[in-house]
Amino acid sequence: MARLDTDRLVDTRNGLISRELFVNKDLYQQELETLFTRAWLFVGHESLIPNPGDYFVSRMGAESVILSRDKAGGIHVLLNTCRHRGMKVCLYDEGNTTHFTCPYHHWSYATDGQLVGVPQYDTLYPGMDRAKWSLIEVAQMANYKGTIWATWDKDAPPFLDYLGAAKEHLDLALDCRDGREGGSEAFLGVHKWIIPCNWKLPAENFCGDTYHNPSHRSVDMIGIGPSARSGTKGRRDDELKGAQHVWVSFPAGHGIHSAIQPAMMPYAEAFRDTPVIEEYFRHCYEERQRRLGEKSRLLPFVGTIFPNSSYHGRQPRSICMWHPHGPESTEVWRIFLVDKDAPAEVKDLLRHFYMRYSGPAGMTEQDDMENWNYATAGARGVIARRYPLNYQQSMGAGKDDDPVAGHVSVQITEENSRRFYARWSDYLAGRDWDVLMGRRDGTPRRAAAE
Amino acid sequence: MNDAAATPRPTRDLDFYLLKEEVAAFLYEEAELLDQRRYTAWLDLLADDLVYFMPMRRNVKAGEHAARENTREGSDISWFEEDKWTLAKRCEQIMTGVHWAEEPLSRICHMVSNVQLLEALPSAAAPQTVTARSRFLVYQNRVETETYIFVGKRTDTLRRVDGAWKLARREIILDQNVLLAKNLTVFF
Ligand code: FES
Ligand SMILES: [Fe+2]
Repeated sequence: MARLDTDRLVDTRNGLISRELFVNKDLYQQELETLFTRAWLFVGHESLIPNPGDYFVSRMGAESVILSRDKAGGIHVLLNTCRHRGMKVCLYDEGNTTHFTCPYHHWSYATDGQLVGVPQYDTLYPGMDRAKWSLIEVAQMANYKGTIWATWDKDAPPFLDYLGAAKEHLDLALDCRDGREGGSEAFLGVHKWIIPCNWKLPAENFCGDTYHNPSHRSVDMIGIGPSARSGTKGRRDDELKGAQHVWVSFPAGHGIHSAIQPAMMPYAEAFRDTPVIEEYFRHCYEERQRRLGEKSRLLPFVGTIFPNSSYHGRQPRSICMWHPHGPESTEVWRIFLVDKDAPAEVKDLLRHFYMRYSGPAGMTEQDDMENWNYATAGARGVIARRYPLNYQQSMGAGKDDDPVAGHVSVQITEENSRRFYARWSDYLAGRDWDVLMGRRDGTPRRAAAE
Repeated sequence: MNDAAATPRPTRDLDFYLLKEEVAAFLYEEAELLDQRRYTAWLDLLADDLVYFMPMRRNVKAGEHAARENTREGSDISWFEEDKWTLAKRCEQIMTGVHWAEEPLSRICHMVSNVQLLEALPSAAAPQTVTARSRFLVYQNRVETETYIFVGKRTDTLRRVDGAWKLARREIILDQNVLLAKNLTVFF
């Protein structure tokens, strides 16, 4: 396969992105080979596999992987394919086991991936070194506050370097509501569904496409938030009212949208339907201010950790994986987060809100799915593809490291998307980690395909 | 799917068959209201304390289905676990005319079959609460060529309120693992 020159397709200087990115089969294959094999990908949450022998089958790129806890309690991410003929060694979505025994010829692997059983080994495979035929394991894995990330590239920088200053924003999703570090867990039940769209559209949307707000007008009109029964309209309560929104891009390609309060503000009510829950969140909010001081002014909204892991930091607090599933198909998996030690009634209220807000049954996101679907379809036409898409919003309006680390815009911007695609192009061109991490510039962005 | 096999089946007498027919008629009329999008009339069929539940389904080992196949009501994330208020919100949203997942409106056809009367309390002759199981096939055609087919089972509890049947509980078992649809804008 000849590599396409992606720098021609991504023209960030003029704010033009080719529609090829959303439909082209060769580009899709190039992504699987050059991007999903190198970047750090979100795999799951340790709370999905609390005990030795627990496993949760996940995905990296288009491939099935097993998130496994071995009998000593160590966590592994293993490619779900037998070393003999390639059969899937785990056919279940989750469970607990001592071994992954391949259904085909019964090679058997321990939960750390070691090949431990080969039928008639002595007769049929004299001298074969079983240690060389373990399940294929990721090159690097990181457990960050319970979230598990992995990469197939041994040369990739450590996860925290990769995350960079986006860490303080992702933390806002992973830390307890009262400011203690970490402490979140995943609800059981993982949303999995298929959207007829290219995976980059939702990934880009979560980089901070605040401009698409009007598409959610129907849910704003009816009101579905935790104060909706008390008469508040909108899809959630406006806890960020009065805050300065910031859209921040990071060298590794991540894009986030957070908000900074002008001062240490009093708690804004957001759960008016249920006074005891309102009290709980008021307590958490004040406790967080006490713990973090001025730092508590930073509040989360959404973000994409490059390339395809997105979080919602507040409500509905969750992490999404936009798995590539074909040029025009995305298989989405989402886990929902909650403070592990939140009272039962708080978990229950949040769970119900998450379900009515998010995913294919979610009154808010249903409209996103429709848009991503038909935006992808709109990139298919031969004539349409002659015309690149307009990514010119707030060109040059950002500043570096003010008021937070990263390239910051204080107005709605497509800069996060432009930089997301510039980095995407660097992966597809096979550039080295210095370029991928923004330590050295790759190539000037040339004009988009005419 | 785990079965309500523990409950003794009601006696097959004339009262049983009359009641079964009445329940089937209720379900068919309900489907008609949904297909015609007569949402106010449909919502009137729902008890105020309705529970509407649709779990997600997992691939699990033989023997683990009862415990692990479906996400659990009351603690896990499911596709739906909601009340009449939320369903009313969904109806209201569809009728705003700017809910893009249903604008323009999809063409939806509910097929209901295999109606089984599982329980009638206190009796089939004087029923106050009945439990019925049925199969559904919901066809959705959207915009031009987009088509989804949802197939599964429902277990419904109907309650007699002021001389009329109201749906008090609906458990929907969709026979899919990864949802093969971008959205669930149809009612089951
Ligand atoms: S394919 Fe797995 S043992 Fe042969
Ligand atoms: Fe959205």
